[in-house]
Amino acid sequence: MSDQEDDIILSELDDEELVQQMFDDLYDGLKEEIEEGVNILLERKWAPYDILTKALVGGMTIVGADFRDGILFVPEVLLAANAMKGGMFILKPLLAETGAPRVGKMVIGTVKGDIHDIGKNLVSMMMEGAGFEVVDLGINNAVDAYLEALEAEEPDILGMSALLTTTMPYMKVVIDTLVEQGKRDDYIVLVGGAPLNEEFGKAIGADAYCRDAAVAVETAKEWVGRKHNQLAS
Amino acid sequence: MQSPIDDTVLTQQGFNSVGGGRSLIIACGALAREILALKEMNGWDHMDLTCLPAILHVYPEKITDAVQEAVLKHKSSYEQIFIAYADCGTGGLLEAKCQELGVQMIEGPHCYSFFEGNAQFAKIAEDEFTAFYLTDFLVRQFEAFVIKPMGLDRHPELRDMYFGNYEKLVYQAQTDDPDLTRKAKLCAERLGLSFERRFTGYGDLQVALREV
Repeated sequence: MSDQEDDIILSELDDEELVQQMFDDLYDGLKEEIEEGVNILLERKWAPYDILTKALVGGMTIVGADFRDGILFVPEVLLAANAMKGGMFILKPLLAETGAPRVGKMVIGTVKGDIHDIGKNLVSMMMEGAGFEVVDLGINNAVDAYLEALEAEEPDILGMSALLTTTMPYMKVVIDTLVEQGKRDDYIVLVGGAPLNEEFGKAIGADAYCRDAAVAVETAKEWVGRKHNQLAS
Repeated sequence: MQSPIDDTVLTQQGFNSVGGGRSLIIACGALAREILALKEMNGWDHMDLTCLPAILHVYPEKITDAVQEAVLKHKSSYEQIFIAYADCGTGGLLEAKCQELGVQMIEGPHCYSFFEGNAQFAKIAEDEFTAFYLTDFLVRQFEAFVIKPMGLDRHPELRDMYFGNYEKLVYQAQTDDPDLTRKAKLCAERLGLSFERRFTGYGDLQVALREV
């Protein structure tokens, strides 16, 4: 799709064409073009939240689906994510100012002994795109780091990530500690990472295993919705 | 070690050296040279070797099915089959499958661990989790296993997204080969990591195969 792009002047496209072009540019990982597209839509008085959900998240959803179907691979997803990050960087302060709807709050981090954060970063970004407030603890988190953050941030969701078979059992250490302290039911616990699977998620006492960022967002929305319904009834 | 085996073939297609042994080793292609060297060194003539494509290392979700297929294919021809894989990113699925099939496999999480020695690797893991490991095979096949699958040939700007949290590259040397050491150093430079060479020899691979 990129051969003809040299001739496209984003500002000359109407809104619908521009959003469509931004989908293509996200797919191709073109960060500067995404930043330009975001700025054009802002000039056209689009609400930051609409730009985020309709242009950026919409585009990343296509990327996510093609990754799941084996059409795109990790490098392409990273480039797309990097482009989306460029757009998010412009939108984030504006979202705070304009009081965009907040779906819920998540504390997320890679577990102790693990420095892999590509998947976690994708989840964080897509969760933010879906209207969640995300507190990202980064890599190599011991149980105390999770507990302190849960105490301080009072999130709806705790997300844990691991890439290694040697580090993924640490998720159970965190969940067991929550159980011991009587806090397990205060949070929705979502886990993810390449070597995990649904059985592992169940075995360690997580609420759900999320195989990719898109599933994490859907699962988070579903569980937060359920939690709010329970509180309301 | 000089070997007639082509590394690209080991990566993409695997390898077969079967002929009259009573035991069969079904191995990752990345271990072919090492297992043949151990066979020769120890006179393990009762062992045949068949290797699955080493590139499965990059797609661990495919390893368990591929191993199962190989076991079922060869089961009737051998008294004993041994799986020369560790967990290798299968999240326990390979171990469960091996139990179901009634075959033994190598203990440990991956080849970096059993080359180092599983006990020693577990001991240092807590202090060394920012290390990126390469074995002899992976140094030789660095392009096929690291650069290309990660897209760094096409998008070198992604390097720090992958390796920004790593600090050093540890070359676990199975053999003394100055050319490989030089190449491993270059790999570290390309990834922006400091370099350490550690001679491991064959570690627990030798221990595991002794039981076959």
